[in-house]
Amino acid sequence: MEQIKHHLNDSLLMGYASGNLPEGFSLVVATHISLCDECRARLESFDAVGGVLMDNDDEVAMHEDSLASTFNLIANTPEAPKTSVPTKGAVLPTPLQSYVGGDLDKVRWSNLGGGVKQCLLKTSNKATVRLLNIPAGAAMPDHGHRGTELTLVLKGAFRDEDGRFGRGDIELANEDLHHTPVAEAGEDCICLAATDAPLRFRSLIPRMAQPFLGI
Amino acid sequence: MTSMVKADEIDWPELVRRIHLDQDKKAFAKVFAHFAPRVKSFLMKGGSGETLAEECTQEVMATLWQKAHLFDPTRASVSTWIFTIARNKKIDALRKQRRPEPEDLTWGPEAEPDQADVIVLQQETERLAKAVAELPEKQRLLIKQAYFGDLSHNEIAEETGLPLGTIKSRIRLALERLRHTMK
Ligand SMILES: [Zn+2]
Ligand SMILES: [Zn+2]
Repeated sequence: MEQIKHHLNDSLLMGYASGNLPEGFSLVVATHISLCDECRARLESFDAVGGVLMDNDDEVAMHEDSLASTFNLIANTPEAPKTSVPTKGAVLPTPLQSYVGGDLDKVRWSNLGGGVKQCLLKTSNKATVRLLNIPAGAAMPDHGHRGTELTLVLKGAFRDEDGRFGRGDIELANEDLHHTPVAEAGEDCICLAATDAPLRFRSLIPRMAQPFLGI
Repeated sequence: MTSMVKADEIDWPELVRRIHLDQDKKAFAKVFAHFAPRVKSFLMKGGSGETLAEECTQEVMATLWQKAHLFDPTRASVSTWIFTIARNKKIDALRKQRRPEPEDLTWGPEAEPDQADVIVLQQETERLAKAVAELPEKQRLLIKQAYFGDLSHNEIAEETGLPLGTIKSRIRLALERLRHTMK
């Protein structure tokens, strides 16, 4: 595995641990954690904070027959399905595969122009999440951000004003960053990107196309 | 008498182990008595009415029974693990949203966890509990609000000020061991 250099920040990890991220962001976080034990350990320590808070907080009495009802529930629930075992050599980690319906070969791409392809994934509407395929050496239109944008590299690499991003690396962009990601030569760059507000494009053409492309 | 034993003296991981290995209903009843009322309170603070919270709490506890074999006491305390089940239930039942979960690491060859590692993780969790209790009032309230209410990630400061260093290192070690056995 390539060394991951760009990680999630505390507020995203805590937002994910507490269950307060929009689904699209959660998908990016879960996918990064599937690739990064450093953030997994950080996340599980944020989970521990939740456990500690719940353990030391208020109680609300359960109904008198609660325990019996729960045993009933257990007896009547079919055994939980075994968790899916990740396929060796898959490009897409399992959380992402469950949205795509399989690995990379199952992605239904549509053209964005300039050789860039995207595939929108269906999640709740507070954030938009998509897979992007940027041809080797090509640039994404240069843009700024109104909200938060998370970009996770799954294959290949890109560079922008903030450095180089390879498989597993995550870039967090907000209002302060205006960037032009360029895919490295040699291999197409595939990434997972989530935004909670539409992007701001500097040039006129992408802006006109924005409503049609759904960016 | 169990009623005289304080909660922090109960060996929770051992109870979950007995649920997993022996389908021990008495062990389950003890876990239920302590955690169900806390889960119910957590769900009600998350916006659920009493009836729904009661129902969801029963489902959370049933999930604990069914997934007892997945519990890894070298990575999480029982309270942490139950919190994650309750949180997922809150997202699913109250928010009606899907919860993408990271790839599971617990599918390796099943090894008995090292008891020493289990104890260290327990101690780390207790230290974390103490540290959270000792946070400045304002900060503790903010963190509580994040976990019980619904602060968005933009409202959570990037530096949370939570002392997570040593528990994080323990979890990291446990993950490394797990990765090693999976090879
Ligand atoms: Zn990371
Ligand atoms: Zn961007």
